[in-house]
Amino acid sequence: MGDEVILLDFWPSMFGMRLRVALAEKGVNYEYKEEDLSNKSALLLKMNPVHKKIPVLIHNGKPVCESLIAVQYIDEVWKDKAPLLPSDPYQRAQARFWADYVDKKLYTLGSKVWQTKGEEQEASKKEFLDCLKLLEGELGDKPYFGGETFGFVDVSLITFYSWFYAYETFGNFSIEADCPKLIEWVKRCMEKESVSKSIPDPHKVYEFVLQLKKKFGIE
Amino acid sequence: MGEEVKLIGARGSPFNCRVEIALKLKGVEYEFIEEDLANKSPLLLKYNPVHKKIPVLLHNGKPIAESLVILEYVDQTWEGASILPQHPYERAMARFWAKFIDDKCMSALWNACWSKGKEQEKAIEEANELLKLLENELKDKKFFGGDNIGLVDIVADFIAYWVGAIQEVTGAEVLTKEKFPKLFEWAREFINCSIVKEKLPPRDHLTGFFRIKLEAPDTLKYNPQVR
Repeated sequence: MGDEVILLDFWPSMFGMRLRVALAEKGVNYEYKEEDLSNKSALLLKMNPVHKKIPVLIHNGKPVCESLIAVQYIDEVWKDKAPLLPSDPYQRAQARFWADYVDKKLYTLGSKVWQTKGEEQEASKKEFLDCLKLLEGELGDKPYFGGETFGFVDVSLITFYSWFYAYETFGNFSIEADCPKLIEWVKRCMEKESVSKSIPDPHKVYEFVLQLKKKFGIE
Repeated sequence: MGEEVKLIGARGSPFNCRVEIALKLKGVEYEFIEEDLANKSPLLLKYNPVHKKIPVLLHNGKPIAESLVILEYVDQTWEGASILPQHPYERAMARFWAKFIDDKCMSALWNACWSKGKEQEKAIEEANELLKLLENELKDKKFFGGDNIGLVDIVADFIAYWVGAIQEVTGAEVLTKEKFPKLFEWAREFINCSIVKEKLPPRDHLTGFFRIKLEAPDTLKYNPQVR
């Protein structure tokens, strides 16, 4: 049976990247469609009328929106390869909790780091690093958040790595200095082809953010 | 095997109520520990150090926090009526609407109920858009879950019950029979389900609580100490 899988995405989106990683982990062939967010396609507006946002996974014509929901969907449909969520209900709950934590905190805090200056920026940097340190603590001595194997929380978080260089440069700080174990984990994840091929060059993301700052007059 | 289930919660909270409905649906016996949110206990701070919020489910001493996470855990752990659908696509849709309610509807409805004047007009407009989407999603089904309540119905408990109580106190007209007939009917069916009815806090407790809030406007900002 031919599966038709389309991904509506925007190359620097850390949310879209999650689906790229998940689909790669599962070895799923899909058509990637780049969206121009200043001129959203009819397809995007039809497939995500509620939020009008990317990423959207379209599987045999049916859309799945919201990145963590789509990653879970991918995990459940293509369940025979590379399971992302643990089978034990308690471990699954912990994985969902931490992925939810990443979603609730990291994007907003990271955005504040590159959008603000002075005292406000200093405060944002501290909160951002506190967040990463908490995650680093949760990782502990495990190779991945998923334990021995790359899993749901790893997918949720690793895509933010592509934005680290931008955060560090605009914020004038080093993530590795405060979170060395997390950076070790990043390097371990980046050795996986499913990850390295799904995540853009952090320098390109930096250039993109620079353009955004100019466009919105954020010095 | 001795199974120990405890729920750290607050009876007036819709987030807490979600979990109590789910546990009742599965026929799970549990000990309820009422938390004083103005004076958080060492127990809560120990079992939810990250967010320090209720509800927290303790299963054989192991904590699970965040009501949506807890609902999925309850569904997977205990037999009985299903909370989430079986098919992956339907599960994704249920999760989507549950997240929509949590991320968008809760604060928008709260603001629509409590704000005044021009601000309220704008807030009600926003709430209308969201409620319209939910009413369309309901279509001709009795519940979002179909013939029986499911994840989305449970997560929408605030809409079914709390909104009505706030409206009674503030006079706001956010969810009415005239504006949203299907949703209004759904709400009536939901709160009359035997399982749900048993777990909802008494209406006069809620209205009493909200009347006090009306007198203290600085506590009105949507800032849930609960998830």
